[in-house]
Amino acid sequence: MSAIVARNLTKTYGGKPALDGVSFSIEPGRIVGLIGPNGAGKTTALKAILGLTPFEGELSVLGMDPHARRNELMNEVCFIADVAILPRWIRVSEAIDFVEGVHPRFSRAKCEAFLARTKLQPRQRVREMSKGMVVQLHLALVMAIDARVLVLDEPTLGLDILYRKQFYQSLLNDYFDEGKTIIITTHQVEEIEHILTDLLFIRAGKIALSASMDEVAERFTEVMVPPERAEAARALGALDERQVFGKTIFLFDGIGKARLAELGEIRTPSVADLFVATMKGTYA
Amino acid sequence: MNTPSTTISPLRKFGWLLRREYWENRGGFFWAPVITAIIVSVLGVLGTIASVLLVNRLEDKSKPFLQMGKSSLHANSSISDPSVLGAVGDGSLLSGIAIIALVLAFSVFFYSLGALYDDRRDRSILFWKSLPVSDALTIVSKSLWALLLAPALAIATGLALGVVMVLLGVLNMKLIGVPGGGAMLWNTHYFRVALNALSVVPVYAAWALPAVGWLMLCSAAARSKPFLWAVLVPILSATLLSWLGALPGISMPHGTIWYVLGYRLLLSVAPGTWYIDETLIGRLAASADSIESPQDLMHLIDPSRSWHLFAGSDVWIGMAAGLAMIALAVWLRRRRDEA
Repeated sequence: MSAIVARNLTKTYGGKPALDGVSFSIEPGRIVGLIGPNGAGKTTALKAILGLTPFEGELSVLGMDPHARRNELMNEVCFIADVAILPRWIRVSEAIDFVEGVHPRFSRAKCEAFLARTKLQPRQRVREMSKGMVVQLHLALVMAIDARVLVLDEPTLGLDILYRKQFYQSLLNDYFDEGKTIIITTHQVEEIEHILTDLLFIRAGKIALSASMDEVAERFTEVMVPPERAEAARALGALDERQVFGKTIFLFDGIGKARLAELGEIRTPSVADLFVATMKGTYA
Repeated sequence: MNTPSTTISPLRKFGWLLRREYWENRGGFFWAPVITAIIVSVLGVLGTIASVLLVNRLEDKSKPFLQMGKSSLHANSSISDPSVLGAVGDGSLLSGIAIIALVLAFSVFFYSLGALYDDRRDRSILFWKSLPVSDALTIVSKSLWALLLAPALAIATGLALGVVMVLLGVLNMKLIGVPGGGAMLWNTHYFRVALNALSVVPVYAAWALPAVGWLMLCSAAARSKPFLWAVLVPILSATLLSWLGALPGISMPHGTIWYVLGYRLLLSVAPGTWYIDETLIGRLAASADSIESPQDLMHLIDPSRSWHLFAGSDVWIGMAAGLAMIALAVWLRRRRDEA
């Protein structure tokens, strides 16, 4: 059974569609990067998945309608919706006590192990913390919940690079397993590229690309072409081209690798380059 | 597959929700009454000192007059009458409760107004909503604090303040030399006053329900400035309706409009306001003249008098309206899309 299935998912705000008939499905045991420019509908999609907003169309998360059966769903789903949204008055110890008190899948030991890597003190209040520390606390709380679906909306904003690396490392090693599904949105695509199994590009309320990383490597090829062969490359219909050190880098979709290798050095494009090529003209 | 999930009973979750409310609002629920009690006690001590100093100075200057006064005190046997002293003690206890009840009115008002708004403003609602706790259970826990737990805490603090006032009264009488004043200490009806005051808590809950419901509804609905919505909507609509009534050919029940919109939606958060309802007000005015014996004072918070409220339809209509508004607040909080 798919973890998440959306069919013709639509959500309009004041007549303007934030999601415009979106369909996709996400299998269990995947780490999906939901990536799109600002205002593309990422957050709206996540909110619909989390049952935070009513929607039109069909959506099922772990076999449930997320809005109608939200209370049940929250036993199995956990999320970080945005940065720094912990209540300012709460203490570290109170936050742990409360989550332990209401969440059947929370592990105090795990949470304390995560907190041991930070400078946070049990008596400390959120209002006394730096932005990065608040995120550390929130991540420690969420990572200690054995949820079947975890949604992370810009989870590492405000964290330094040391902690960000550490976080994604432990997300992959300590948290993730084949029964879990993780959806991440972030603007720092390079940092999560190596842990993703699937890509979901969203643009102006529509899915621009939905593929596994293997399919991406199969479909898309980047070729570094010297000037004398540039015309031949252009004739193949490139998705994007850019100049680097007097050579042209072309990005192709669905052209045989053997053929492209004749034009120049080939490689798999980075998610960031693929994203830029796919989103060309978004702000035009 | 994951380990099978154990479940947590709604009752246990509810317990944690109540604790959560206390952590967040101990300033209003606990510290505001306690600090008020401390300030009033300190003022009481200062008053005692001042009165002793005053009496001593008077004694030096005008001994003859004071002798006369004292002998007249002796002559007036009622001062050493235990029932009078007991009534004065009961009055001191009640005044302690009354002072803290006033603080309670403010803390319940602002608590209800912020309960479903503050976490939307700082967006921490998204954290609460990421946990398996229903909006209905959350709002019930908040209502329980406003209607029962905060009043119970306030009455406990008020009683403690009352006891301090009784002690200060006894001390004062001892220091200025009122004979037999110490008897007040054991003639005060501590338990009766405490029980009476506690038995008024359910009356308060029933009476304040429409106001708390309205304030929570505004708290759940307002995009900003819930205070203005909560206050201006009833006041302006009552004004508008009254003004319409001034037009020829339209008759408006002005009294009822203001009673419902102003008194029951807003002022009913104040404990004791049920004594001043339309019908009781006349009776109270009549009975004010009849406070002659010490026992009459006790009647003021006599539970049977407060419980009398349930005989009328007013409180029942108010409760139904309050529950409906709380249900609407639950619906809004569930539907509201916090972008």
